[in-house]
Amino acid sequence: MKHVDPYRDPALCRELAQAIAKLCRRPVRFMELCGTHTMAIARHGLASLLPPTLEFVSGPGCPVCVTSAGQIDQAVALAGLDGVSVATFGDMLRVPGGQGSLAQARSRGGDVRVVYSAMDAVDLAQAMPGRRVAFLGIGFETTAPTTAAAILRAQALGLDNFSVLCLHKLMPPALAALLDGPDLGLDGFLCPGHVSTVIGAAPYQIAAERGLACVICGFEPVDILAGALMLLRQLDEGRPRVEIQYARAVEAQGNPRARAVMNQVFAAVDAPWRGLGWIAASGLAARPEFASFDAAKVFGLDLSEPPEPPGCLCGQVLRGLARPPQCALFGRACTPESPVGPCMVSSEGACAAWRSYRRED
Amino acid sequence: MAQNETIQLDHGAGGLASRRLLERVFAKHLANDVLAQMDDAAVLAAPGGRLVVSTDSFVVDPLFFPGGDIGCLAVHGTVNDVAMRGGRPLYLTAGFVLEEGLALADLERVVASMGRAAAQAGVKVIAGDTKVVGRGQADKLFINTAGIGVLADGLELGASRARAGDAVLVSGTLGDHGVTIMAARQGLGLDLSTRSDTAPLADLVADVLAACPGARLFRDPTRGGLATALKEIAEASGVAMELDEAAIPIAGAVAGACELLGLDPLYLANEGKLICVAPAEQAQAALAAMRGHRLGDRAAIIGRAVAEKPGRVWLNTAVGGRRLLEMLSGEPLPRIC
Repeated sequence: MKHVDPYRDPALCRELAQAIAKLCRRPVRFMELCGTHTMAIARHGLASLLPPTLEFVSGPGCPVCVTSAGQIDQAVALAGLDGVSVATFGDMLRVPGGQGSLAQARSRGGDVRVVYSAMDAVDLAQAMPGRRVAFLGIGFETTAPTTAAAILRAQALGLDNFSVLCLHKLMPPALAALLDGPDLGLDGFLCPGHVSTVIGAAPYQIAAERGLACVICGFEPVDILAGALMLLRQLDEGRPRVEIQYARAVEAQGNPRARAVMNQVFAAVDAPWRGLGWIAASGLAARPEFASFDAAKVFGLDLSEPPEPPGCLCGQVLRGLARPPQCALFGRACTPESPVGPCMVSSEGACAAWRSYRRED
Repeated sequence: MAQNETIQLDHGAGGLASRRLLERVFAKHLANDVLAQMDDAAVLAAPGGRLVVSTDSFVVDPLFFPGGDIGCLAVHGTVNDVAMRGGRPLYLTAGFVLEEGLALADLERVVASMGRAAAQAGVKVIAGDTKVVGRGQADKLFINTAGIGVLADGLELGASRARAGDAVLVSGTLGDHGVTIMAARQGLGLDLSTRSDTAPLADLVADVLAACPGARLFRDPTRGGLATALKEIAEASGVAMELDEAAIPIAGAVAGACELLGLDPLYLANEGKLICVAPAEQAQAALAAMRGHRLGDRAAIIGRAVAEKPGRVWLNTAVGGRRLLEMLSGEPLPRIC
């Protein structure tokens, strides 16, 4: 843990918190766009270090939370097919769609396996030539290049039993949709560190141009507090811009090679977001030359979106318009054991993080 | 035993095959004077004091993992439950559900491990049962154990006995078993260099009780981990708990794996660690007793019981923040990125 120790130094955290308190002279609201930020803020108890005038709200940055119910239904349908093994990251298992969750599909006899990377799913396909392995490609620009690389590897290996149900999403169109939507009452964005290693700093310029401070931030307590201080300084100077706090990982131009692999295999398509509806060019689908690796095409899956569960405020929570406890279902009908909405499923979902760590009374 | 021999339905039918399995595997590794009676039930001399009884079932996947296997786990899990009430474990029963096709060599390896663990824990396996189910009707091998121990007169330990002002101790690093099982189960392809901590704890409890006769309770934080166990104790005792994250011992490899996988070590299972709640004035004596035992060399005082807001468990985070700990919800799952 030596590599993270300097970023968890209590004295430095205290100094940063004092500087924040000094600079935060009016109520401000920052949105963290990434679920890992949501989780880190909660897990380290950072809210208790910040002045009450500074509020962090969660945005649409948890990939599990924004996967639409119809897309989950597609995955559940795949798991019900004879001879098909669904390979997925663990936190997708309990997400409810209109037709239940993958965990329920598994209990009905579906072959659903947890993997830790897209490459593990390729290995699985190689090890089980008699079965067809469908990998659930999920996540933002952080994970999409590795899914693309997995498809290229499967192609190089000549595997005809590997495919990807591509549920990947793109961050910049979601940011644009947030900015074009109802006024969110925000002062700035804590921009996602991992996504930005790939996309760089330019995509956040649209937010800065609208007067919102932007800081690309790492995930350790010192990173987040330093990021909050940088946001406050931008507001204090009256000069909103895009800054990089997470310079040890993020370069301004991002990672062109990762983007090239992603763009070689995938093209942007309109995509449904849980709670936010359809956003133009915000998802990814395999290009025609990789159609034989596209699970939706290979298995002829239709996408139909069931209605949102009645009473579920996940859509508003994802826009920062509602706090988790304001939802009538929160902690009652909707719990981590039995989630109604997706924000309660992933440990990085706003509702799950709130319930696990932030609940005060 | 031939290398490729497997469990057949015959082995559970109660006839000659069952008898041979009993002799070749179970009696071979678990033999003692009581089991040797080979009757329908064991006859035991009644020990002095009160009896402590516990039972648990073990369905761990995989059967073998770094640091242990389902056999020693089945012994340790149950004797530790007896020990947490202050009981000295004496006897175990063991019921086996075997899946048709299980390699006989794997069964023998598990039973031999049980034999060694029982000898180390000072308990005799005094009764048992074997059932064989068809392929696909069970996952290789399940074990149910019941433990019987004896409790000295006057010794009262229990989850409801914590009082405001008491110290909270743990006997060592947390999360080792949980991370090891998860890595082994999922074929992570990562060299985590973690090992299960599975171990019998009755001696450690006896040492702590000798040094700290006022100890309120012991609890082994198995599934659900430290956070869930302390939440249960806080609710049962009507106190709150306040923990200091920086004081909680976690091995470097476990902390690293948890960072990587998005897991919280406070919620991961342990099979060879205990929580002790003790009056503040005896806490240093309890700590010294733990550290003097080979299973407690990384013991630490991690917090205290307080009167305000009973039922809560607070964590003072290492960076100076403060948050609540709740019970584990569902199974810990690794995150995406």
